[in-house]
Amino acid sequence: MTLALLGQAALNGFLFGGVYSLMAVGLSLIFGVMRVINIAHGDMMVWGSYLAFVLALRLGLDPFVSFVLCAAAIFCMGVVVQRALVNRVLNAPHEMQILLMLGVALVLENLALVVFGPDTRRTESAYGLATVWLGPIFVDVARLITFGLALALSCALYLFLFRSDLGKLIRAAADNGYGALVIGADVERIYTVAFGIGAACVGAAGALMSALLPFSPATGFAQTVTSFNIVIIGGMGSLLGAFLGGLLVAVAESLGAVLLVPSLKELVGFVLLVLILLFRPQGLFGGKTS
Amino acid sequence: MRWATLVALAVLLMLPNFLGSYLLTVFIFIFFYAYLGQAWNLLGGYGGQISLGHAAFVGIGAYTSTYLAMTYQLSPWIGMLIGGAAAACLGAVIGYLGFRFGLRGFYFILLTVAFGEICRLVVSHVDALGGALGLFITFSGDPWQFQFSDNRYYYYVALGLMLISMGIAALIERSRMGAYLAAIREDEDASEALGVNAFGTKLAAIVLSAFLTGVGGTFYANYLFSLQPNTAFGIPLSVEIILRPIVGGSGTLMGPVLGSFILSPLAEVSRTYFARGGLSGVHLIVYGSLLVAVVLFFPRGAYPYLRRLLSRRRGAP
Repeated sequence: MTLALLGQAALNGFLFGGVYSLMAVGLSLIFGVMRVINIAHGDMMVWGSYLAFVLALRLGLDPFVSFVLCAAAIFCMGVVVQRALVNRVLNAPHEMQILLMLGVALVLENLALVVFGPDTRRTESAYGLATVWLGPIFVDVARLITFGLALALSCALYLFLFRSDLGKLIRAAADNGYGALVIGADVERIYTVAFGIGAACVGAAGALMSALLPFSPATGFAQTVTSFNIVIIGGMGSLLGAFLGGLLVAVAESLGAVLLVPSLKELVGFVLLVLILLFRPQGLFGGKTS
Repeated sequence: MRWATLVALAVLLMLPNFLGSYLLTVFIFIFFYAYLGQAWNLLGGYGGQISLGHAAFVGIGAYTSTYLAMTYQLSPWIGMLIGGAAAACLGAVIGYLGFRFGLRGFYFILLTVAFGEICRLVVSHVDALGGALGLFITFSGDPWQFQFSDNRYYYYVALGLMLISMGIAALIERSRMGAYLAAIREDEDASEALGVNAFGTKLAAIVLSAFLTGVGGTFYANYLFSLQPNTAFGIPLSVEIILRPIVGGSGTLMGPVLGSFILSPLAEVSRTYFARGGLSGVHLIVYGSLLVAVVLFFPRGAYPYLRRLLSRRRGAP
């Protein structure tokens, strides 16, 4: 166990954290605006991964290019799910919303299983094996590009939410849905767009991650749970918290894989979650709990 | 109503004489999942504290009794209670941590998911418990070892478990605790203002729920003859547990039973039917679509709807 090894693990985790951040930002946006827990989040991500895989296989598109198409496709999926289903249970009790999204998650996961089969896949990328050495540690180029793209997308989302009129309306609806309705905002449209954008984030994250990690239909639920971990750790409803939480969890998992056993790396995330829930339930960057 | 209950009971007791082995299996699953659903219902239905980590209690109970049986030849009939107690301890820990810090709704759900996953990950790394491969029970056919060469005995054990859980739920429904739980579910702050000890009541509910679920773990292990961390502790099992009471009508005595009579045969039949055709995912697509339909069209579960339908017919001239 050398210092270089730990530094390597931390760097790998940090660069990988970009996709974690992106998927958590999507989840946080959906929850923040609609108070709906998107249990199908990870399964939407897996669909993004498969789209990238198919586009690479059939059209030879690199996932670092095709992620835009994947995001657009999952945006549409999110819009359909919101319009057809979520919209109708916005005022229903918590457990009913959870059950609905659980149903959607089951359908999406097993649809992927029927269409693509149970095998683990990984999208080929031209940068898959490229590395750059920095003294004793190396930088995985694919991870570096992924991180850059995830950061750029998160910044774009931030600008959209804080600078554009529609973005400001989305934030207003998140703060107070009824109030937004009173001032004449088209809340239904806002909800649809917000759900679509949240889904697009995780679709892009899925496409980017498909070049880094093997995936299969069964990985969807694990990604959902990881997204929840990150959002709670970062602070529910805080986009900055979700972003930084993603980096934190990725680094912690990566270090855990080196210090413990690789297959125990998820344990680190869960222990972190339990600690946060107990001592700072509003999350690291969350304001108030309500 | 009392006559109807007695007739239903008599039918269920006679039924194994007329059922083939496949239908017998289906009924065993109906009873067993109704039992687990009822155990969940005590906390999640009556008390409104949704747990998505109940598989952890099944797993703890199953592993405890199986480990004791394999290492010390302790009868699972005794190990069952020890396993239940172990699950109750875990329930107490989760409840203490969660309720003491006032975690509600979604936060509590996530705490239960996290504990379930922590158990799964830890057990799959403990070599004494078989690691990720799990434990395998060799069949001896000895009733004292919770093994029966005739499926009908499993049927009666599962039926007994379900009836016991219904008895407990009925007692709680009529007791002070049931009223407290309902008050907490409807409005926790208001109930506390009226002097309900919300923390103590919720803690008692999760301990009882965990104990019953842990006892069910022993049946799970000895009916399936094998235990894997991914199935015994996994989230899919937790999902199976919560679906039945919610589909049937959570917070009602008959809800978990009705839900299990609807979902368990559906799951079983579609699993065998579609898996035979090589389409292993299709039954879960059906399952998922059904869930969506229940939420959209019967949001309070099937039982309240059914009761309204029956009373309307009875009221009609």
